[in-house]
Amino acid sequence: MDIIERIVSGDVRSIARILRDIDDEIPSAMNILRELYPHTGKAYVVGFTGSPGVGKSALVDQIAINYRKEAKTIGILAIDPTSPFSGGALLGDRIRMQRHFLDPGVFIRSLATRGHFGGLSKSTNDMVNVLDAAGKDVILVETVGVGQDEVEIVNSAHTTVMVTVPGMGDDIQAIKAGIMEIGNIFVVNKADREGSRKTVRELMNLIELGAGKHKNGDWEPQILETEATKGRGIKELYEAIQNHRAYLLATHSEKWRQIMEKRARIQLMAALKDQAFRTILERVEGRGDSLDEMVQKIVGKESDPYTIVQQIIDRELK
Amino acid sequence: MEKARKLRILVAKPGLDGHDRGARVVARAFRDAGFEVIYTGCHQTPEQIVSSAIQEDVDLIGLSILSGAHTYSFPRVLELLSENNAEDISVVGGGIFPIEDISKLKEIGIKEIFEPGARLEDIIDWVSNNIRPRVGVVLKQ
Repeated sequence: MDIIERIVSGDVRSIARILRDIDDEIPSAMNILRELYPHTGKAYVVGFTGSPGVGKSALVDQIAINYRKEAKTIGILAIDPTSPFSGGALLGDRIRMQRHFLDPGVFIRSLATRGHFGGLSKSTNDMVNVLDAAGKDVILVETVGVGQDEVEIVNSAHTTVMVTVPGMGDDIQAIKAGIMEIGNIFVVNKADREGSRKTVRELMNLIELGAGKHKNGDWEPQILETEATKGRGIKELYEAIQNHRAYLLATHSEKWRQIMEKRARIQLMAALKDQAFRTILERVEGRGDSLDEMVQKIVGKESDPYTIVQQIIDRELK
Repeated sequence: MEKARKLRILVAKPGLDGHDRGARVVARAFRDAGFEVIYTGCHQTPEQIVSSAIQEDVDLIGLSILSGAHTYSFPRVLELLSENNAEDISVVGGGIFPIEDISKLKEIGIKEIFEPGARLEDIIDWVSNNIRPRVGVVLKQ
């Protein structure tokens, strides 16, 4: 069996290995991604995002139980930050998912951001494609703990679950653009804590204020309270995710198409940027031009980054 | 243009003891040395450890143990790796071991044992010098 067949048939070691090659940006991985692409498009992708410590891993763990009850196979991509100083990372999302370690229907991969901003790793979308091609019915993506502006997950997930906890900030925080606008479902986790109802009300206000933007028949974001570690509210969350999926699939196939187009566009742009950059850099280095020399020229004020880039582009893309 | 591969290490605590400070300190030191460390928490069975190591495609498993159950869990981890054709994943141990067990563990294939008092720098040096990111094991067609 060749590597493509092994991945498509769900062979764990082949999948694990190709994910590594993608993360390490090994050029041959792109050929494999190309051949896997026709096998993609079947998996449902659910994103979980929110600040550090709100309980994303615990919710992913719980939702995975629900999918497993329906015999759906699952891929989980859990992202944690890379240290900007050492380049290393401590990936701890698995701690909350131990019950799934021996279930052959669940494949879990911990990822480091490796300097990528936006809440995901640079490799995440390609990895989703691999798991999709490998036949996973559902892919759960847990973003790195995000601040206010890391919203890339909306372009990868069909359903985005935005997780918060009581008492995260005053009312003004909720009105801010960015992270609070991207949820299809809002979860107030650790709802046993004081102020949970207040947080729910603030979210409701936020969504109602945006009501003008919701045209007739548009999805109205849901707000739910959960206690992930106790399993409270999980059934409701699972149902909400299923409802959003049904909404995208059945009543508004136009929406579904929009999501697919948006995702395709972003992957196209990312691949173009990546390939163009790689190709140009290879040519520059192939000519024996030293990047270090360019850096020295810039530092010594003999030239500047803009002039040098323009020179490279003029020469290499003629 | 090929970037250097990143070394990935699973740090796990097999068995029933819940004293994971040592494991955490080492995991943190690995992070600071530039490795990607997957930490799975306490109370892991060898089966869980090997399954995680394979899914995460790590180069090294670091087992931390203080309970004395290494005579069961260490050989079992090696056995499971071999059953899964994953003997290319190296295994080291850290914790408290009777002196006579150390040579036995090394004989069956544990690459190194770090005892109490092992310096973090020495552990990291050992890993840097002895463990390389694995390449192309599966993708060889």
